[in-house]
Amino acid sequence: MLEILHRLLFATLDAAPALVFAALGAVLSERAGVVAVGVEGMMRVGAFCAAVAALVMPTPAAVGMGMLAGAALAAVHGFLCIRWRSDQVVSGIALNLVALAGGTFLLETHFGPNGTPPIQQLPPLHWPELASVPLLGALSGHAAPTYLALLLPLLLQGMLTRTPLGLRLRAVGDKPHAVATLGLSVPALRWGAVLGGGLLAGLGGAVLSTTVLDRFEQHTPAGLGFMALAAMVFGRWTPMGAFAAAAFFAFGNALRIGLASSAPGLLELVPQGVLLALPYLLTLLVLTFQGQRNSTPASLGVPYEQESR
Amino acid sequence: MSLDIREGELLAVVGENGAGKSSLMNVLYGLYHPDSGEVSVGGKSVRLKSPRDAIALGIGMVHQHFMLVPTLTVAENVVLGREPTRRGLFDWERAVKEVAATCERFGFVLDPRARVDTLTVGSQQKVEIVKALHRGARVLILDEPTAVLTPQEADELARVMRGLVAQGRTVVLISHKLKEVLGVADRIAVMRRGRLVAEVRPSETSATALAALMVGESQRAVMSNAAATPEEKLASEALLEAVGFPAQGDNGRPAQHGGEAHLGDVLLEATGLQALGDNGRTAPRVSEKFPGGALLETTGLQALGDNGRPVPRVGEKPPGDLLLEATGLQALGDNGCPALRGVDLTVREGEIVGIAGVDGNGQRELAEVLTGLRSLTAGSGTLLGRPLKGLTPAEARARGVGHVPEDRLRRAVVKALSVEENIALGRHSGPPFAKGMWIDFAGRRERAQSLLAAYDVRPPEPTLPLQALSGGNQQKVVVARELDARPRLLVVVQPTRGLDIGAVTQVHARLREARAQGTGVVLVSLDLEEVLALADRVYVLFEGRVTGQFTRPEYDERELGRRMLGAEQAHG
Repeated sequence: MLEILHRLLFATLDAAPALVFAALGAVLSERAGVVAVGVEGMMRVGAFCAAVAALVMPTPAAVGMGMLAGAALAAVHGFLCIRWRSDQVVSGIALNLVALAGGTFLLETHFGPNGTPPIQQLPPLHWPELASVPLLGALSGHAAPTYLALLLPLLLQGMLTRTPLGLRLRAVGDKPHAVATLGLSVPALRWGAVLGGGLLAGLGGAVLSTTVLDRFEQHTPAGLGFMALAAMVFGRWTPMGAFAAAAFFAFGNALRIGLASSAPGLLELVPQGVLLALPYLLTLLVLTFQGQRNSTPASLGVPYEQESR
Repeated sequence: MSLDIREGELLAVVGENGAGKSSLMNVLYGLYHPDSGEVSVGGKSVRLKSPRDAIALGIGMVHQHFMLVPTLTVAENVVLGREPTRRGLFDWERAVKEVAATCERFGFVLDPRARVDTLTVGSQQKVEIVKALHRGARVLILDEPTAVLTPQEADELARVMRGLVAQGRTVVLISHKLKEVLGVADRIAVMRRGRLVAEVRPSETSATALAALMVGESQRAVMSNAAATPEEKLASEALLEAVGFPAQGDNGRPAQHGGEAHLGDVLLEATGLQALGDNGRTAPRVSEKFPGGALLETTGLQALGDNGRPVPRVGEKPPGDLLLEATGLQALGDNGCPALRGVDLTVREGEIVGIAGVDGNGQRELAEVLTGLRSLTAGSGTLLGRPLKGLTPAEARARGVGHVPEDRLRRAVVKALSVEENIALGRHSGPPFAKGMWIDFAGRRERAQSLLAAYDVRPPEPTLPLQALSGGNQQKVVVARELDARPRLLVVVQPTRGLDIGAVTQVHARLREARAQGTGVVLVSLDLEEVLALADRVYVLFEGRVTGQFTRPEYDERELGRRMLGAEQAHG
């Protein structure tokens, strides 16, 4: 029993970081009032650029390139939504489509349909003193992003709730005009949040192609960006909440794989499709019981115009 | 135009909608930028690029629509932008202490730890004032501060303003409530169409004289004509005071074209603001941002012609049949909390029943219950002969309920459709708008044209998209449509919010006319004066309950105000 739990926990910690980073990026952007539907696209460019960059530079630096690529796509979103006040959902969806098609195009013209050549993965870190402790031992043996994914939610939560910048970001997502009348710049705050969100989403994508896999594959990130959005909503737009939700989703996924491999007889009773749907069914179940408390930032998706009140 | 603001005075700026009061103040606060002219503070010419510059110069502004973040606490709202920190982190405890100190210094009673969305409107306004004072404002601009307050809260605000002036601060009060201005100001500046037309001392003027200055002579002549019967006089007094309601106005004029202001002995001065030619015509340099509209005078003339019709006097009218009788109405608000907690209500034929109360005390939900838009959780009633329970909007319409909703763009019209299509909405499947299953274009055009003429909608062009009309004319279209259906019960919510005086007068006249024809009218308004001017009976709602019921002769504004704040029916 303990052995199974250990394996589940280990698999969860391996799979969670990409989802956690993307969900945190979405939280950052949306708390400042800019819709983050484009997270999926930002993850995809992050994954692609990191995989390609890793062919010519050390993998950690390639992860940085992936982050910058995510931020670059976020900058397009910011330019459309903040500067030109276009519809934020449409802009996000457009970015997703561009990233999807662009990724496929570049992949097929430069590397063929099966993905980029394999790269050096980020190495796992081992903590010998932990490894022997039951359950906690599952913490040992992951790559660096896993540990960052455990730390970053705390930092971001602290930033949002305990610093002046966090106060301003929350205020700008709820009532930008109030922020403007106090002499603060609404566009500057939103730009910061959108670019920060892009960096995080890019990191999430880069993690996929440098730790979970060792290349960029045709379908990356296969809807993980949308699961990150679900985690953000499920976590009520708070970093810790989004982290918990993302970890929960990752756990559901690990459970599915674990069930399929540890009890082969199960597949004769339950169709494979049901197992595949398990994480999503869990999500639906939890959302059903979550209730209706409204925690959406009040001005989410509303373009800011100085002279309208 | 030019304006001086002296240190330690309470200057009131009055004027109609679109006269440029708010635009002028937004220039002084750095939110808008003048095309020409300049602002000087303390004798030095300054450029106000953003509110940050204005704050640095000691200018603070309390906006008509509160600029507060509802989910943050009082302290957080006040210190936002200049947060106290300890080792890089926001120091919440110190923020609370600082804000408490500011409150104490200026005599405000506020809990810095309370979340803003739990406060009353009056308290929220205090938070706004504290916010400005906390930033060291020496000049405090208040834009229409009493529009949303009860009489008691308005009195307290007046005390606060006098107190600030006594401490040497300068207060600029923008208002349309002339009585209030006369009671509190040291000096009154009157603006009309982007120009300063007069500066007077309260002791040397009267409400009537001020109103005349505000609207111009021709308008005033008509106004006094209208005041024929005692009841009409009451109404038109209220109307004169309603001048300057927030409007996307018919007279959407260039508010100003440049400004200049100095400060020496004089603290703040704006000169050279210009907008219109001397004869009231648009000056050649009209900004394209402000398309011209129908001239206000002519609108008012027509309206008052209508207003001058004989209207049955209250008291002489026999009580009509019962249209609505409801007991113990309960309903939930949008947030899932009980919004109506047991309301009893009756409406008879040929009377206007006013629903007064501070915003958010169940008025909106009550109107929605009566029009079938919100379902009851408890209580029962009879509406036009059949049960109120299970009413749907279609059923309400079929029974003869008309509805002029609060937010016309959301609930009453489709702004991209043409005016005539909007007039047909709701009755689009019957004559004269349809023949069998086909639209009757000729019949619809004819009906639309006659209604546009009768209600003086400008321009009277049935094929224009509705959004091309000004707010006041849009509202006239809605009122025309609803009354044209000859409703037996008409539910109107905030019918004149955002309208200029001409449209206000006309909407009021139409409501009286409907009453004269036997329609029962339920009038929900946040503007107590509007309710008192029109209604034969008034119910006061507080937290979803009726806390007071008054019939016309016994109106007492103070007592009504007490009930609006929840005082019990001790000696009512």
